[in-house]
Amino acid sequence: MITDSVVNFMGQRKVAFILSIFLIIGSIVSFGTKGLVLGLDFTGGTQIEVGYQESANLIDIRAQLTKAGFEAPVVVHFGSERDVLIRMQGKPESGLSDAVLQALQTNQPNVVLRRVDFVGPQVGEELREDGGLGMLVALLVVMMYIAIRFQYKFSLGAVVALAHDVIITLGFFSVTGLEFDLTVLAAVLAVIGYSLNDTIVVSDRIRENLRLLRISNIETVINKSLTQTLGRTLVTSLTTLLVLVSLFLFGGELIHNFAIALIVGVFIGTYSSIYVASNMLLTLGLQREDLMPSEKEDAEINELP
Amino acid sequence: MNNYPLKTYLFILVTIVMSVVYALPNLFAADPALQISGQNGEMVIDQPVMDKITNALRVANIEYFGEEVSGENGLLRLKDIDQQLPAKRVIQDKLGPDYIVALNLAPTTPEWLSKFGASPMKLGLDLRGGVHFLLEVNTDEVVGKQMETTVTQVRAAMREEKLRYQSVKIVNGKLIVSVFKTKAEAEKASSILRNKFRGITRKSTEENGFFIIHSEMLESEIKKIEDYAINQNLTTLRNRVNELGVSEPVVQRQGRNRVVVELPGVQDTAEAKRIIGKTANLEFRLEAEAGSTNRERFEFSENYVRDRGIKDAFLKRTVVITGDHVSKASAGFDEQGTPNVSITLNSKGGARMHRISRNNIGRRLGVLFIEYKVGRKYDTDDTGKRVAVSERYVDKKIINLATIQSALGVGFQITGLTSPREASELALFLRAGAMAAPMYFVEERTIGPSLGAENISLGVKSVTIGMLLVIAFMLIYYKLFGLFANIALTLNLLILMAFMSLLEATLTLPGIAGIVLTVGIAVDANVLIFSRIKEELASGLPAQSAINAGYDRAFVSIVDANVTTLIVAIILFVIGSGPVQGFAVTLSIGILVSMFTAIIVTRALVNLSYGNRTIEKIWI
Repeated sequence: MITDSVVNFMGQRKVAFILSIFLIIGSIVSFGTKGLVLGLDFTGGTQIEVGYQESANLIDIRAQLTKAGFEAPVVVHFGSERDVLIRMQGKPESGLSDAVLQALQTNQPNVVLRRVDFVGPQVGEELREDGGLGMLVALLVVMMYIAIRFQYKFSLGAVVALAHDVIITLGFFSVTGLEFDLTVLAAVLAVIGYSLNDTIVVSDRIRENLRLLRISNIETVINKSLTQTLGRTLVTSLTTLLVLVSLFLFGGELIHNFAIALIVGVFIGTYSSIYVASNMLLTLGLQREDLMPSEKEDAEINELP
Repeated sequence: MNNYPLKTYLFILVTIVMSVVYALPNLFAADPALQISGQNGEMVIDQPVMDKITNALRVANIEYFGEEVSGENGLLRLKDIDQQLPAKRVIQDKLGPDYIVALNLAPTTPEWLSKFGASPMKLGLDLRGGVHFLLEVNTDEVVGKQMETTVTQVRAAMREEKLRYQSVKIVNGKLIVSVFKTKAEAEKASSILRNKFRGITRKSTEENGFFIIHSEMLESEIKKIEDYAINQNLTTLRNRVNELGVSEPVVQRQGRNRVVVELPGVQDTAEAKRIIGKTANLEFRLEAEAGSTNRERFEFSENYVRDRGIKDAFLKRTVVITGDHVSKASAGFDEQGTPNVSITLNSKGGARMHRISRNNIGRRLGVLFIEYKVGRKYDTDDTGKRVAVSERYVDKKIINLATIQSALGVGFQITGLTSPREASELALFLRAGAMAAPMYFVEERTIGPSLGAENISLGVKSVTIGMLLVIAFMLIYYKLFGLFANIALTLNLLILMAFMSLLEATLTLPGIAGIVLTVGIAVDANVLIFSRIKEELASGLPAQSAINAGYDRAFVSIVDANVTTLIVAIILFVIGSGPVQGFAVTLSIGILVSMFTAIIVTRALVNLSYGNRTIEKIWI
């Protein structure tokens, strides 16, 4: 990570471009065919997590519930053999959970209620809309900030990189069929924040080098900047991944998918800040003149501590 | 070079001391406790009551300590959390249904810390267990009822002015259409509407030879009605939640027509739903004539007995109207300045009231307040175990008995009240029993206590392990500078905790995830600075200048990167609901704090160890 040797990142830009396009098309195809497995937060419905003293027999539980008159309950283990998640199909209604627990307790008085989630259809729909809106607003505001602090080409580059990350992370959830709930949405938004962080550090360096270095070839400037920030990019990704893996392994079942979304997002975000954002700058034809008018403003900032 | 003025070091020192003080209470685990209070505010919890409780606990062999009585309520700590429920049972059994015994967690903050206003973080429901309900209030129905009332009032006002209308009715549930034969009549009607009905609009048209006025309710008026309905429901809900015996419940409006109810520690959701969803009601009945068989004896409410000293009265068995017909009740004053209560009925109720009161002027009309209560009794079941038995009963009390002065209509006043206090209490009762807008549950989340405790331990474990990994990595990779970054990181968590405690923010499981992410991101600023210093060293800058240049040049990147992440966190907070907000709160506080710790604190440490002297090599 010494400045003298410059890695020719942009030399592989065509390969990277094809890879990105491939991943994005794959994600979109998967949305179209498989879709996202939306969690209860977004679909509405009732789910109940119960705990047994010893490992629970799912077939028995299913039979008990069907006998008690519940239609097609989905019964699965949750985290451990003793914990069971029951999801009720059909029209969500309040009060279902109490009836389910009662039905289970007639055979097994030891069963304890661990968690109930009931979300009305209206609320689910609203959360879905708010979530989508949140992502759009986040992208827009960030784009404006970068356009003001840098230049519109940078902001386009950053936003394309962000959209790239979001689509591929969502695509990962679609392909793997992992459940997409509110916490995963928060993770995706955090990925936006994280990936942006990376992209901005790189853009910052490109801006600095454009002004400092007397190199006319933009591609060389970008390669040099990427090489200079590579060490930092990798170290930060590594420290973030360290805590995320710890969260994935020890954080419990409830934030499992949250951790997965962030881990995927950190990988994609690291890749996109190197290849997607800079690639966009080259494609958009970034020139040294693009940054000239804002030099005064920058001089002021440099005087800050 | 590389020296901070003394005041910067002092500032950092003060920050550290303050955050230690405010973060410290979180280290003291809360005691399982029981809080005892009376069903109404007038009951006193004093030493004799507490003695009764402690005797019962001693007999039941339950260990307790730290009992406190404040008059309004009493608190008692227990040694073992598993004994919380048995102890509650014993106490409830001993004191009877007039007392509320609530499960509680009592903080064990030492007194010297509480003196600074320091207290532990609040834990969210997912960490301490409990129920979260989201209820939707059907405000459309209330607005609809108000429309009906308005129409009745409009008709009455026109009749009073001897104005002949063809029809006044509601069309499509939104529009009031008044039809007249002549233009003069329509104009007169328009002026009546203008003078007496400020809440509706007027638009005159002519159609097929008829003169028509279209009126709509003003948006501001609708909002007023909605606000009123929601507030009324909030009041009722608060009263009901109090009955449940929960410490620190949350009853809050959310958005336009929703109410959040959070009940920490509650397990029996069925019971909670029944009480929250239950209704109080009102009955207006005429006073029975002496010797009549059509009569029933009722006691007066405690307030009435307090104000007037009368204990009971006989009312007729027949009901004039019920609370469903009451759409509004508010306390106020008449022209002479004596307190009164204004009641507004809906059109149907008004018509009935008019018919009956017209023929009974001079007689007295009573208002009965009816509560459907669920009392809890402890019984012994077949196996000899003590079990809680819910017992439903109806409680009917007279809250007012006043003489009918004239024929009553949609709107009338109860006068002859002794004080403004009586007026406001009566209005409160009337509202509680009146038809609050119907509500239904749209979201319910219950977390069992075992899952809550599990979530805490999982959260603490993942934060600890994640942090240790990062600390180890930074030490290996950046050596002495890594140590500085680690100190800054630890301080970051400490300040974050202090802030959360100070702001009384609630810590949730996603909030812990936010803290974990903060740990990952917080070191980023240091990584930026340190890799810049390494670069400057490699390009041949002397050590002191390299340090200076590293901090200087990295600053802009750090600010830009953090501001954008902060923007995302703020958007998350604004649009997100519960779990997402918890994540956003810890993430944004974490980012802000990291700017201070990662830049200023590490710089101070670097300055202290390398500043003001010539150095050949730095350990990075």
